[in-house]
Amino acid sequence: MAHRSKYTSPRSRRYVKRVPIFWWVRKWNYTKFILRELSSVSVAAYAVILILLVRVVGAGPAEYQEFLEVFQSPVSIGLNIVALAFVLLHSVTWFNLAPKALVIRVRSKVVPPMFIVGMNYAAWIVVSAAVAWILLSP
Amino acid sequence: MSKQSKASNEPFWWALFGAGGVVSALFVPVLIALFGLAIPLGWVEAPEYQSMCTLLASPVTRLLLFAIIALCLFHWAHRFRFTLYDGLQLKHLESLILVLTYGSAIVAVIFAGIVIWML
Amino acid sequence: MTSDSIKLEVFRYDPGGDGGPLFDTYEVPFGREWVILDALNYVKDNIDGTLSFRWSCRMGVCGSCGMMVDGEPVLTCAAFCRKYAPGPVRVEPLANFPVIRDLVIDMDDFVEKLGRVKPWIIPEHEKPLSEGEYLQSPEQLGDYKKYSSCINCLLCYSACPVYGIEPEFIGPAALALGQRYNLDSRDAGEAERRSVLAADEGVWDCTLVGECTEVCPKGVDPAGAIQRLKVSSTSHWWKSFLMPWSGREKA
Repeated sequence: MAHRSKYTSPRSRRYVKRVPIFWWVRKWNYTKFILRELSSVSVAAYAVILILLVRVVGAGPAEYQEFLEVFQSPVSIGLNIVALAFVLLHSVTWFNLAPKALVIRVRSKVVPPMFIVGMNYAAWIVVSAAVAWILLSP
Repeated sequence: MSKQSKASNEPFWWALFGAGGVVSALFVPVLIALFGLAIPLGWVEAPEYQSMCTLLASPVTRLLLFAIIALCLFHWAHRFRFTLYDGLQLKHLESLILVLTYGSAIVAVIFAGIVIWML
Repeated sequence: MTSDSIKLEVFRYDPGGDGGPLFDTYEVPFGREWVILDALNYVKDNIDGTLSFRWSCRMGVCGSCGMMVDGEPVLTCAAFCRKYAPGPVRVEPLANFPVIRDLVIDMDDFVEKLGRVKPWIIPEHEKPLSEGEYLQSPEQLGDYKKYSSCINCLLCYSACPVYGIEPEFIGPAALALGQRYNLDSRDAGEAERRSVLAADEGVWDCTLVGECTEVCPKGVDPAGAIQRLKVSSTSHWWKSFLMPWSGREKA
């Protein structure tokens, strides 16, 4: 063959599909993932609320009362329901994933994952009960 | 052929993220349930102002509270940073995102420290 | 043979042609035990000989036949036609990889990254044959056995959104295989692998979406491997940070 054949390197003709910005709306597992990650916003919001709570306690009884009254508005109740839903999502997914990170060997046996999950939930119940008791007991 | 890579310094932020995740998972739900819903809806009595003062007088409570607030904020900063990278594909704005997330967390933690110190 | 038939919408791409990708539709009769791979082979043998795809063992151990079926990365030798019939079922090349042609993807990126994690035993010192074999108890085998089941099918890379967005990310299988060797009692290479595994583009790009573990056909649990690597890298980092004087292993 004397003529020069036109040769396009196959490498330059690879087809590359772009990942869409909203890749996470296409599959429910991905959407759940993004919702789980967004739960951190509720966590940050409550960290700030805690700071403000400490501030009003330092300021005086009137400010403290005013602060509590803000929570009574329907908007606040609505936002708190949403925040609670998100934070519960965070807690449940966090505890359920704990055994993935913590593989503990006692002597020659591996601690069963359910045990690690169970310990986490037990700690959650204890902490919640303790906080409620500290705040609510007269 | 092999690219130059080195062990990252991410572990610093990841440890804060992890600790914050544990702390927020354990403490925040009950706080929202109480202050956000049960108390305003009248299911339980709000803590008396005096009780709150007594509670916050203890240096142990103050330290614990500061730790919870700080860890929650760093948990959010790290997680939100990656949500922006993956969810909105904004990794090219990495420097800006680092400043906005960790920066605001640091500012809020300093604010928390001041507020608690001035009690 | 039953008279059931399934409609396949198959991704076609010809790098030598002028056009972009398109979908060809084929109506394929199938037997009760047929898998999507059988249907593709029927198409190639009887309808359209130009259709290109990879396959080999047809029993889920070689890792060659991974493709997207209705948007999910699966081994086509394990995806039964009766589950998808009558269709139309979409068959596309594995996501997150450049497409060479039709259903064949370019996996050079994975192979390069796999090499970087040094997926082989790095012993403390080379033992001469005269000293005998390396002994390992069943418990020690159990430490890493799960991670050694990887068949490099790349389904996890297709499922991982970070790999799709972040071209530098080393990816689930390569990281899990690094961990497989780190956990092997015969291996002493953890420090050597650290600069790759604990790099930004190593475990730290992972945000625990967890989809890699969901789609893995061999139960490798790469997400778990990566999480454990994050924990071990973090404790190593903090120990070096807080106690820089303590004798660190040879880097």
